[in-house]
Amino acid sequence: MDLLPIASPALPLDEAGKYVAGAYLVFLVLLLVYVSIMAAKLQRMERELRELAGFAENRANGEAVASTEREEVSA
Amino acid sequence: MTPFGSGLRALSIATVAAVAIAFSLVFFYAPLDADQGFIQKIFYLHVPLAITALVGFVIGGVFAILHLRSGDRRWDAYSYVSIHMSVIFGVAVLITGAIWAKASWGHWWVWDEPTLVSFLIVFLMYATYYPFRYAIEDRDRQARYASVFAIVAGAFVPLNFMAVRLAQSLVHPRVFATTNGGLPGSMMLTFLACLAAVALLWVTLVKLELTAKSASGQLKRLRRALDAPASGGGPRIAPEVS
Repeated sequence: MDLLPIASPALPLDEAGKYVAGAYLVFLVLLLVYVSIMAAKLQRMERELRELAGFAENRANGEAVASTEREEVSA
Repeated sequence: MTPFGSGLRALSIATVAAVAIAFSLVFFYAPLDADQGFIQKIFYLHVPLAITALVGFVIGGVFAILHLRSGDRRWDAYSYVSIHMSVIFGVAVLITGAIWAKASWGHWWVWDEPTLVSFLIVFLMYATYYPFRYAIEDRDRQARYASVFAIVAGAFVPLNFMAVRLAQSLVHPRVFATTNGGLPGSMMLTFLACLAAVALLWVTLVKLELTAKSASGQLKRLRRALDAPASGGGPRIAPEVS
């Protein structure tokens, strides 16, 4: 009795096996391509978010400096 | 409003588990087909992909109806993403089908086979959805016209399916026959597991795509609120979800 059916499946990997493997590989490749595109999109969004965070911080710092200057002038 | 990304993690884990179980059943449980042998294993991938893609097109039409009824742009986004994902699945159907045809019939494509040609017609029809949509600049008109397209094309899909079933095909198998020749129990179980896994994958990818679109829309809103200069990337043509 074969105790390791998963390790040694009785798959006829001859002529038919190439086609079956090809079909399942196509599915896998398409999925990987899609996930890669989504990963690239996510990276772009992260970069944009970082840009916006930097922009918001710079603006907040600029406003803080301006209000300090105004207080000094009024004093 | 519920964010698009809620439950995505659990759904992704369920999808990975379902796909792993389904493919394990395909290769270690389902018996070899008496007629086609090992090549028939492509059936468990090809047919669920085709069914999911076609149902996805119909779902895109249903979302389009909801968009036209309510005017809510979220439904337009749902419709767009459903069709988009079904087109991707359609590519997989055509390629896996061609591989199966080559292995089984000796030809990559058979032009006088109604099932193949009808699916190609449906696929090409939906391939025109993108240029049709993006040819319209005004966002409201774009969404409205795209919805009309999605409804008409969505109604065409079941009609097309029925027409093919009525046709007397010589080579393409009818495995869900009501008379003799249906699938045996173990094959049917494996097929249903594969169908559930592929359908779950479709739902997960639709949700992922919607979440990405929503995040992109939120970023744009933030940029506008901060009055920040736009970064590169060109104009957006896909529907925005905010």
